[in-house]
Order: sequence, then structure tokens, then C-alpha cells
Amino acid sequence: MNRLSLSQAFIYLLRRDLTLAVRNRAEFANPLLFFVLVITLFPLAIGAIPELLARIAPGIIWVAALLAAMLSLDSIFRSDFDDGSLEQLLMSAHPMPLLVLAKVSAHWLVTGLPLLMVSPVLAEMLGMPSEAQGILILTILIGTPILSLIGSIGVALTVGLPKGGILMSLLVLPLYVPVLIFASSAIEAAVGGLDVSAQIYMLLAFLFLAISLAPVAAAAALKMSMS
Amino acid sequence: MSDNTLLRINNLACIRDDRVLFEHLNLSLAAGQMLLVEGHNGSGKTSLLRILTGLKLADEGEVLWRGISIERLTADYYEQVSYVGHHDGVKRELTCLENLRLVQAMGIPSDLDLDAVLDRVNLYRYGDTLMGSLSAGQKRRLALARLFATQSILWILDEPFTSLDKSSMGHFETIFEQHLRQGGIVVMTSHHDIAMQGTEIQRLNLSQ
Repeated sequence: MNRLSLSQAFIYLLRRDLTLAVRNRAEFANPLLFFVLVITLFPLAIGAIPELLARIAPGIIWVAALLAAMLSLDSIFRSDFDDGSLEQLLMSAHPMPLLVLAKVSAHWLVTGLPLLMVSPVLAEMLGMPSEAQGILILTILIGTPILSLIGSIGVALTVGLPKGGILMSLLVLPLYVPVLIFASSAIEAAVGGLDVSAQIYMLLAFLFLAISLAPVAAAAALKMSMS
Repeated sequence: MSDNTLLRINNLACIRDDRVLFEHLNLSLAAGQMLLVEGHNGSGKTSLLRILTGLKLADEGEVLWRGISIERLTADYYEQVSYVGHHDGVKRELTCLENLRLVQAMGIPSDLDLDAVLDRVNLYRYGDTLMGSLSAGQKRRLALARLFATQSILWILDEPFTSLDKSSMGHFETIFEQHLRQGGIVVMTSHHDIAMQGTEIQRLNLSQ
């Protein structure tokens, strides 16, 4: 028998990670729960002022999405590192960046996609104008994969350290800020009825940059963490 | 030096926390040969094995596979190597068969079908059992089943007999002999006495 083609290996690892996520549901529901809780708590704390809530809704949703994504990052490589599966993956006959991309894709499907699906409901709850909701969903669709990809570098660098959590946040957060700025600026512009294509193109540029560079960087970082 | 040398170690050194674990290490292994790495705890056995897998970088020297540095070969080297380390490298949440299928997907699958692979490590009826419900010894056997699931020549084994019972140990020793006869190479560390007949065992003691 021959070795699998690259795309087969990619799909195989993706399916394996999704199977693991299904069998570990509780762990992966955590970020989604966090996202929903944070956003529902805001109206309670600020008070029922519809104009104010609608005004700050994009910011709340994006900050919550960013923190939820960061909360879930550790699960990309942690369990594989702990049980030795990661060293087996590093010793696979396939290029490691491809396998990292498969793992990050699985991670996004499990943590980013649910955020995307609940965000319209939450936006409606905060009273966001309906013309801006489409743009919100679009920014989350483009933005959350960037968060997972950049985060994978941070986790890969710190997975070998005993208490890498804080260091990982410090490494990753500055890189998340541009995504946050452009995404909330796009929504802001949409609320004001302005053209948002500049911000969306910028986010798309970040996304393609992250897809092409992050897996390579994360694979190299994993190799360092291992030795 | 024979021409059929597959694995060669050139002037290898490993330093940990300002302590030299070993240096000026030279070795060559040809098809059908076995290297048994011995030494007391902390003498660098695991470090040496991890350097051979390429997971750890040597502080000095190089490891050559068929004359080419393994750092340059990467995937071309890994498709011929199986490594069983301290960790079993199997997922608790997956069944035995799912674990082995992943192993095959990540390397070059062997001609044995997976039921036969499980049979060789005496886990035949456990194919659909979740790893989490197996005993430590059974997990170890599944980790060792990786060796048959792919077509690897070089087997690097770090304490392969941990938590195995006596009869399993004997069983695996026979399997190692078979692998050596078919032109494979085994590099291993073990605290247990290895009683293998008719095979050429090179011993390397790192404590000296």
C-alpha cells in the first residue's frame, strides 16, 4: 500500500480531531457558553438602555468572541502533547504544516463556527440594526479563523512549558488587536451606512496571510517545544 | 565499515544543564542489527533515542540515514521509522482500530490488515474498545502495534517492555528477532534482560 495523498491525510486528521471533539463535548462547549454568558450579562450590568446597547453591541460581541477564542486555544495541541500523539504527528511521513492546518481547521469548526451561528441571535438581542448584522456575521466568518490560526502559533510555542497560559495570552493578544480593530470598524461603518469594503478586504488579507504563514510557523514552534 | 550501513552516528554529543551526557559517540548500524542502549537513570538513554528520531537536536555531531543527514530528510526518513517512547502516543477517546488507522494514515501502511495487526499484539477482540478502558499493559501493546501497522525499517523503542507481563515480553522479543531477520534495525533501551537468540546485539553503555 502507498502513503496517502496530502489532501487525504489532511481530511483524515481533520476527521480524527472532529471525532475527538464529539467524544469530549463538554470541553468544547465551554468557549461557546462563555461567549453567550458574557454577552447576556452586559445588558444586565449596563441597564436596559436600547440606544446604548445597540451602540456598543459590535464591540461587546467582538471582544467576547476574541476572549472565547483565546480560552479555547490550548485545546489545539495540549492533549496531543500530553499523551505523546504530537511527537508521533511530528514524525509522520507528511509535512507538518499541513497537519497543523488540519488541526487548526478542526479547532475552528468546533469553536469558531458555533460562535458564528449564535452571533445573529445575540446581535438581535442587543438591538443591533439589521443592516449591520450581515456585516457582523461576515467579520466573524473571516475573523475567527484568523484568531485560531494566529493562536496556534502561540500555543505551539508554549505547549511545552509547565504554565504557558499567561505567556501565550501575552504573545497572542497583540496579534489579535488588528483583527478586532478592523472588524469593529467595519460594523461601525455599516451601522452608519458607509462602505465597508476596505475593512473587509483588509480582514481577508489577514486571513490569507495567516493561512499561508501560521501553519509553517506553528509547525516550527512545535518542533522547538518538543526538543 | 560495511557498505550496507543504514544508520550512522557521527561524533554525537548531548549536553543537558551544563552536564555532558555523552560525547564523541560514533556508531553504525546495518540491516539486521540491533542496538541496546544501557546506562543508569539520567545517563541520556532517552535523549539519545530522541536525537535519533530527530525530535531533539544534538548539541554536536549528526545522524545519517543511508548517508544523508536526517535533518535534511525529514518526511523521507520518518516514513521508514517507528518510534515508541515513554508516552504511548494513543488517544484515550479513540478505539484501538481508530488509533491504528491514524497511524497508517500518517505513514506508509503495511500489507497486514489491521485485524492481523491487533492479533499480533494479542488484542484481537479489542478493535472497537475505547483506549481509555484498557489496562496499562494493553495500551503499551497497542503502542507497540504501531510497529506492524506501517512499513518501517528502523524501530526506535524507549523501554518498550514497561508494564508488559513476562509472556508478552517473550512474544515481543520473538517479533523483534523476526524484524531483524527481515533486514530491519532495532534500537532500544531496556531495564529488563534481553534474551534473544541468534541475533547480533550491539551494546552501548552510556554510564561509562
